[in-house]
Amino acid sequence: MEFFRYLGASTRAGFTKLGRASYFLIEILSGLGSVIVRPRLLLKQLHSVGVLSFLIIVISGLFVGMVLGLQGFYILSRFGAEETLGVMVAASLVRELGPVVAALLFAGRAGSALTAEIGLMKATEQLSGMEMMAIDPIKRIISPRFLAGFLSMPLLAALFSAVGIIGGQLVGSGLLGVDDGAYWSQMQATLDFKHDIINGVVKSVVFGFVTSWIALFEGYDAIPTAEGVSRATTRTVVNSAFSILGLDFILTALMFGEH
Amino acid sequence: MPHTHTQDTLVGLFVATGIASLFFLGLQVSNLSSLSHGDTYEITARFSNSGGLKVKSSVSAAGVKIGSVKAITFDPKTYESVVKMDIDAQYKTLPDDSSASVYTAGLLGEQYVSLDGGGSSEFLKNGSKIEITNSALVLEKALGQFLFKSAEEKKATPVDDKKGKK
Repeated sequence: MEFFRYLGASTRAGFTKLGRASYFLIEILSGLGSVIVRPRLLLKQLHSVGVLSFLIIVISGLFVGMVLGLQGFYILSRFGAEETLGVMVAASLVRELGPVVAALLFAGRAGSALTAEIGLMKATEQLSGMEMMAIDPIKRIISPRFLAGFLSMPLLAALFSAVGIIGGQLVGSGLLGVDDGAYWSQMQATLDFKHDIINGVVKSVVFGFVTSWIALFEGYDAIPTAEGVSRATTRTVVNSAFSILGLDFILTALMFGEH
Repeated sequence: MPHTHTQDTLVGLFVATGIASLFFLGLQVSNLSSLSHGDTYEITARFSNSGGLKVKSSVSAAGVKIGSVKAITFDPKTYESVVKMDIDAQYKTLPDDSSASVYTAGLLGEQYVSLDGGGSSEFLKNGSKIEITNSALVLEKALGQFLFKSAEEKKATPVDDKKGKK
């Protein structure tokens, strides 16, 4: 009996939270207009969300591309198809790994920082202080961060894919002796701009939207204690990872289904 | 934290690198650069079997890409595959008795249409039909015929052996 009570309560709490999150999203979106009037706020957030994630994205992208080059070469050489290494590396990066891994890293690097920052602002009553001074904390604090995350994500994902493809080329033609021309030309012949690149960018835009939303909401919704903020940070990373991977499945089924 | 010029520069660099990598993906990785946005004209060919040909498969002459497949439809009256192709307008001196064949790039590669020039002094123009076509080689069919043939030969030889022993 206790179990059912718990089940009902947690289901209801989940729906309530989703409702609060949706309401929060509407508030963020309606606050975006005031961000455009103050581009300085956005610039500062682009720095802390985008520029500071730059290094981890570049290094991870390089290594993911190099590993893809190695693994792909061992498999493809069994079929005598080493020349298609470029296609394999580029297609898997542009379609899947670029958007997904970049978004997971983004959630870990920038999302958790956003949650901790907002949560701590709430715990130290900075947000209430702003409201006392008739400054809307959503417009001043939340919306610029949301827009920065939303804009940075596609750039970071594109960077991840580009660096990864170069990493694959370094390993493929530098280390394993795949022909350089074949690496690029097969890639260009197979990958379609609309079908592959644009769909990858669409994915990363969706992930940027969802990750920023989750991170900001968890921070804003955190219990204003040290423990509450730490829990909220954990939830940001966990929930972002779930949403990214779940959405990726749905988006892939929609985009690449009929081909 | 006060705004600094360094911060602005870093953000600028970040955005520029991001956009540059998008351009890199578009131009270097995908086929965007090889798409010709110029004029094309359309020709039609009928194949009894177009095999694994797909929309956007390339159309080439002498190994050079001159166009792409626009549409593939099935004609329910003649049971043929009707392939419409867009040919780049700069190649307007293809003889109208050229033949079209579906070939495979490599053993297991993609299929493409190859145009082989004829001897006519009239040229293909928008809406032209190609009369001489060669269908795609279907590997299963060819293998099946080969196996059937070799089985026939095997059947024939043991009988002769038996007769020879007796």
